[in-house]
Amino acid sequence: MDLALKPEHKAFSDEVRDFTRKNLSPATKEKTFSGKHYDRADHMVWQQALGKKGWLAYTWPKKFGGPGWDVTQRFLFENVLAEEGAPRILPFGPKMVGPVIYTFGNEEQKARFLPGIRESTVSWCQGYSEPGAGSDLANLRAKAERDGDHYVVNGQKTWTSYAHWGDWIFCLVRTGASAKPQEGISFLLIDMKTPGVTVRPIIMLDGAHAVNDVFLDNVRVPVANLIGKENEGWTCAKFLLANERLGIAEVPSSKRGVSMLRTISEDPSMAEKIADVDLQVQALEMSELRALSTMALGGAPGPEASILKVRGSEIQQRIAELAMEACGEYAAPNQPGMLFQDTNETPIGPDHAPPAAPRYFNMRKTTIYGGSTEVQKNIVSKAILGL
Amino acid sequence: MDLSLSDEQKQLQEQAERFVRDKYAFDARRKIAATERGWLPENWQQFAELGWLGMSFSEEDGGYGGGPIETMIVMEQFGKGLVLEPFLPTVVLGGGMIARAGTKAQKDALLPPMIEGKKQFALAWLERQSRYNLADVSLKATKEGAGWSLSGHKGVVYNAASADHIIVLARTAGSAREPKGLTLFIVDGKAKGLSRRDYPTQDSLRASELTFDKVSVGADAVLGKVDEGFSVVEDGVDRAIVALCAEATGCMDAINAATLEYIKTRKQFGVAIGKFQVLQHRMVDCFTNAQEARSMTLMASLKIDDKDATVRAKAASGAKVQIGKSGKFCGQSAVQMHGGMGVTDELSVSHYFKRLTMIDLMFGNQQHHLTRYSNLAMAA
Repeated sequence: MDLALKPEHKAFSDEVRDFTRKNLSPATKEKTFSGKHYDRADHMVWQQALGKKGWLAYTWPKKFGGPGWDVTQRFLFENVLAEEGAPRILPFGPKMVGPVIYTFGNEEQKARFLPGIRESTVSWCQGYSEPGAGSDLANLRAKAERDGDHYVVNGQKTWTSYAHWGDWIFCLVRTGASAKPQEGISFLLIDMKTPGVTVRPIIMLDGAHAVNDVFLDNVRVPVANLIGKENEGWTCAKFLLANERLGIAEVPSSKRGVSMLRTISEDPSMAEKIADVDLQVQALEMSELRALSTMALGGAPGPEASILKVRGSEIQQRIAELAMEACGEYAAPNQPGMLFQDTNETPIGPDHAPPAAPRYFNMRKTTIYGGSTEVQKNIVSKAILGL
Repeated sequence: MDLSLSDEQKQLQEQAERFVRDKYAFDARRKIAATERGWLPENWQQFAELGWLGMSFSEEDGGYGGGPIETMIVMEQFGKGLVLEPFLPTVVLGGGMIARAGTKAQKDALLPPMIEGKKQFALAWLERQSRYNLADVSLKATKEGAGWSLSGHKGVVYNAASADHIIVLARTAGSAREPKGLTLFIVDGKAKGLSRRDYPTQDSLRASELTFDKVSVGADAVLGKVDEGFSVVEDGVDRAIVALCAEATGCMDAINAATLEYIKTRKQFGVAIGKFQVLQHRMVDCFTNAQEARSMTLMASLKIDDKDATVRAKAASGAKVQIGKSGKFCGQSAVQMHGGMGVTDELSVSHYFKRLTMIDLMFGNQQHHLTRYSNLAMAA
């Protein structure tokens, strides 16, 4: 057992760092460190560069076109990218639907969809939540009725991140009636350009447009776009959610957050609060490494991933809270222009102040999305503790 | 980077699990705690036979070439059983400090017998006024011919009554709280002028108040260098902290398991109380706390042999913060979820709770180590 890196891993880190410095746009990087919002191009240009290098789908096995990296390489890759200020890889394609397709899809579907995900030439969004199906996801109502070799889909999806950028959406839809709500759900891929798909923005409390309502009105979807078996989509859904929970622990960006806190805070009373969250990040990182090392021996992440999501989200919130606390009253001036556009506007207070409060407000979402903290605890309670 | 146990380490883990299962049932432990020594010589002999007393020492020192991971594995099982044998003071603290700072003559004289189970040690660092400041030492050692004479007081010295040798932190120069001017001495446990007041601790261990009245030792009793004992004791304590953290993770696993079992079986309002979501979520929080404690302990165990003293110090303090936080959460929650039964002496839960509470206080509590970690991190 040891934490030491082998020489080939050091060389790997250098290679990733070198690649990132050459390929990440300085303007995008600047947005990361100043807390500005990315636009679609920030994400796409960077992801396509990674895709061309074969690194975007970095968690995939070799046989599906991934680099086949081991746990250590993935860990180093994520850390170097965060340190260098790269935007997070949007998870919907490479981390969510991609693994579902290569695990549950047929050969034709793999050939059709995986290349666009690996290269980020097609962007994806996730049609899971509905107005009546939040924490109780299995209560979803969007309906797909068979009509020849098509499904006709009607319903509404909500909280759909980046639907306004999405080419395709993967949806959970109800295809059968059954006593158990988890049965009778199917996993369907829908082209966003299909007639009947409408996107309505939802503006969040920090002024950002990241999520949307997606209305599905008599949308005709070929049966060939069904992943796995009809009425067995819940299996795909659970598989995807467990993967999602692992990704949203967001350890590398929290590490970056902690070092940024140390640079902005001069108040000695803050030092121990920062030390405390620093240690929380370390515990989370080690827990994630332990989980990954178990996964490396085979199998998908289990319910213990729920714990990582709970702690990871609380830590992200704490870092945002401390960053705001460090600004004192200069967290108050509202300068949305500085966060959303390139402007010549100067900050009213310290440089780090304009994004501090909006970020604090925005980060409250982390304990709500991807299965709220309360839902995660229900999962652990049932699946691990047997309660 | 590799986080899996080797086959030998897995065997060691099974061995330690078996020992705890066979020898440390709740009632058996009660009986051991009530003996005069507070631990069993036959168990200690078994540790020697199993190789546990020498596993973390190099082959030159008569050991078997293991390290902190082996210590972690065994200490974790000791935590599950609330084992009373003085492994921490003798092997981790005493033996470890002698191995790292001792002369060849000291090592030859003390380590092989310790590894065979024939010698025990204690570390006397604390004084009434010290609280968590390792450098706050007023027990004085003054030159006496070629040797030294020690006078003063030491407190809460674990295992002093059973120790063949007591390692004493004494002031040989400098002012009251100065790290410079401290020297470690290896003193015979039965030395003339050394008197003890022995007592049990809250968690059924044994400790003593020691009074040194002109205790004479030779020049060869100095462990390490004169006036430069502070870094030796600080490093020794950091390593002991990491071992203690492993013990605490074992305690947390055990107290959580007992609580989980209890809330699955205890019925109120016609159902097992574990059906109530408020208890389920608290139980999940206990589980999470224990996981984080295990992660920090593992990380500290992997870093505590680092060449850089700051890396070691940060690892030990970081883990101790987590252990303090998690231990308190699991301990208090376990008692609460057990209801009235949690505050009796009859169930194991109160015994784990007491040990976890004392572990937080030992070698600096959560707040002390948060401050220490914070200062080290800011200096970096």
